Amino acid sequence: MKILTGNDLKTGAVIWWTGVGWSLDVNESADVGDHGAALAAREEGAQNVVGAYVVDGEKTAEGIRPAHIKERIRALGPTVRLDLTREASNPAAADWVI
Amino acid sequence: MYKYDEYDQQMVDTRVAEFRDQVRRRLAGDLTEDQFKPLRLQNGLYLQLHAYMLRVAVPYGTLNSAQMTLLGDIADKYDRGYGHFTTRQNIQYNWIKLEDTPDILAELAKVEMHAIQTSGNCIRNISSDQFAGAAADEIVDPRPYAELLRQWSSFHPEFLVLPRKFKIAVIASEKDRAAMRLHDIGIRMVRNDAGEIGAQFYAGGGMGRTPMIAPLIRDFVPLDQLITFSEACLRVYNRYGRRDNKYKARIKILVHELGRDEYVRQVEEEFAHLLTQPIEPPLAELERIKAHFTGPAYDSAASDDLDLTDPDFRLWVERNTHAHKQAGYVIATVSLKPVGGIPGDATADQIRLMAKLAKDYSFDELRVTHAQNIVFPHVKKADLYTVWQALDEAGLSTANLDTVGDIIACPGLDYCSLANARSIPVAQKISERFGSAKRQAEIGELKLKISGCINACGHHHAGHIGILGVDKKGLENYQLLFGGSEGADTSLAKIIGPGFTEDGVVDAIEKATEVYLANKQGEERFLDTYRRIGMDPFKEAIYG
Repeated sequence: MKILTGNDLKTGAVIWWTGVGWSLDVNESADVGDHGAALAAREEGAQNVVGAYVVDGEKTAEGIRPAHIKERIRALGPTVRLDLTREASNPAAADWVI
Repeated sequence: MYKYDEYDQQMVDTRVAEFRDQVRRRLAGDLTEDQFKPLRLQNGLYLQLHAYMLRVAVPYGTLNSAQMTLLGDIADKYDRGYGHFTTRQNIQYNWIKLEDTPDILAELAKVEMHAIQTSGNCIRNISSDQFAGAAADEIVDPRPYAELLRQWSSFHPEFLVLPRKFKIAVIASEKDRAAMRLHDIGIRMVRNDAGEIGAQFYAGGGMGRTPMIAPLIRDFVPLDQLITFSEACLRVYNRYGRRDNKYKARIKILVHELGRDEYVRQVEEEFAHLLTQPIEPPLAELERIKAHFTGPAYDSAASDDLDLTDPDFRLWVERNTHAHKQAGYVIATVSLKPVGGIPGDATADQIRLMAKLAKDYSFDELRVTHAQNIVFPHVKKADLYTVWQALDEAGLSTANLDTVGDIIACPGLDYCSLANARSIPVAQKISERFGSAKRQAEIGELKLKISGCINACGHHHAGHIGILGVDKKGLENYQLLFGGSEGADTSLAKIIGPGFTEDGVVDAIEKATEVYLANKQGEERFLDTYRRIGMDPFKEAIYG
């Protein structure tokens, strides 16, 4: 699947396109198919996102997993500070990222 | 240390107000990201992997306790309770909100700090010897000259849009503690045969994807021509540095392609021309600046005795302190490399504690080192045990300076949008593998540096052992390099062979240290043994 991602203008937080808006949770990502570039341009123009781009991903039983490690780290947070990630209470959170 | 005059303060305050308005216009939709990006970068604000990152300048690595305290407060108030000290003697915050940035900059301005020119193709923060003003081996304190260059390079209208970023280091001792020859311009303050102080210029050094050691381009520049000669160096680069290819745009490429002699010829020609122009500030300005750097009021009766009965304290003193030019005092370095920790990171509480200790025991001064540690430059020996105890309680007493545990590491793929691989986990595993004090003492000085991409923010080219993280078909892979050095014997490390996994590179380093210990002669460091026996014995042990 193709996932659209970028950063929130105000906070810089990593966000993922859900089909109707933006989410902090990669698991809510929509498959944008061939429409990623057009969506990115529209959403950037509307100030909803900064630096939007399309990445490859895969829908698994555990959730949506970006194909590249860089995007997986973006989805979770720094692997060396799990306390600062989206899964701060899960000591095994980095397992699906690395 | 230097104190802003009304012009300095006005410049910084004006920039804060200007950026506040730019942020307002961006948030209101009046500026696009393409329009805004160069503006935020000029104020040190990057968009990194997880959030905005703010890089705050620490000119020549010098801070007072009020500044350091504020750095801790910013970490608490605007970030997530910590800061990251960098290889350019700066500090970075990883979780900054755009809308908070003008307020942060305004708070920094109140303690005479800013984030100006910490990004972009301009002259960046001037770096220096972290022991400046305290080192027993320096000719003069290099910081007044660094400050003069800071003032010259700040908002210099001709050099705000250079072909690429430009980094200058200034030192004043034979021993190079600032990787001076790996800078775009490296300056060593020297004394000539007539006893006059002047500047020795090196140009065209750097790391990154094409590492180069800067050649000497002028042996002696008189103090009343320091800025004029610097201007000539920059002008030739600005005129002929490549703008068509960012990978070939640094001055090192220009000097290399022109050849050192032709670059020097052009600089001297430009210098001769500039000498006819009244651009050099009067020496009185340098004297005004120097007056800010007079040494602290040392206790001339301070005792040179040090009670070393506490074995942990003794180890720390042996490892983390250096001789001071004043009897009865030492230079103490706080390692930000605890076993298994993140190199260069300090919590807000730790930052504030170091500020307080500096205020109470180091004449209100601290330094940030390019090796991502903190220095108390002037500690009375009689106070050292008290300082150490406070550091120990705060987890800041790691006795590993310049050993295998004192690793330089860039933020890598855990934070940086340019990185190809993570650096920090590798540093953590190495530091744990070699965590025992006995092991580190046995191995001795071993400078290990890790970069998560070819941009080399982790200085891997200059490591006795360097590690470069690369992306190999979507997987992290680590190349190992041996033989780099950043000191008086500056050399560039060479790749030893095929890369490794994260665990594999840690194993390889362990094998390398075994080869070193088996072949070491006398007091040889790892680097010395490597230079004597060459790469083959290491390759044989590592690759079989």
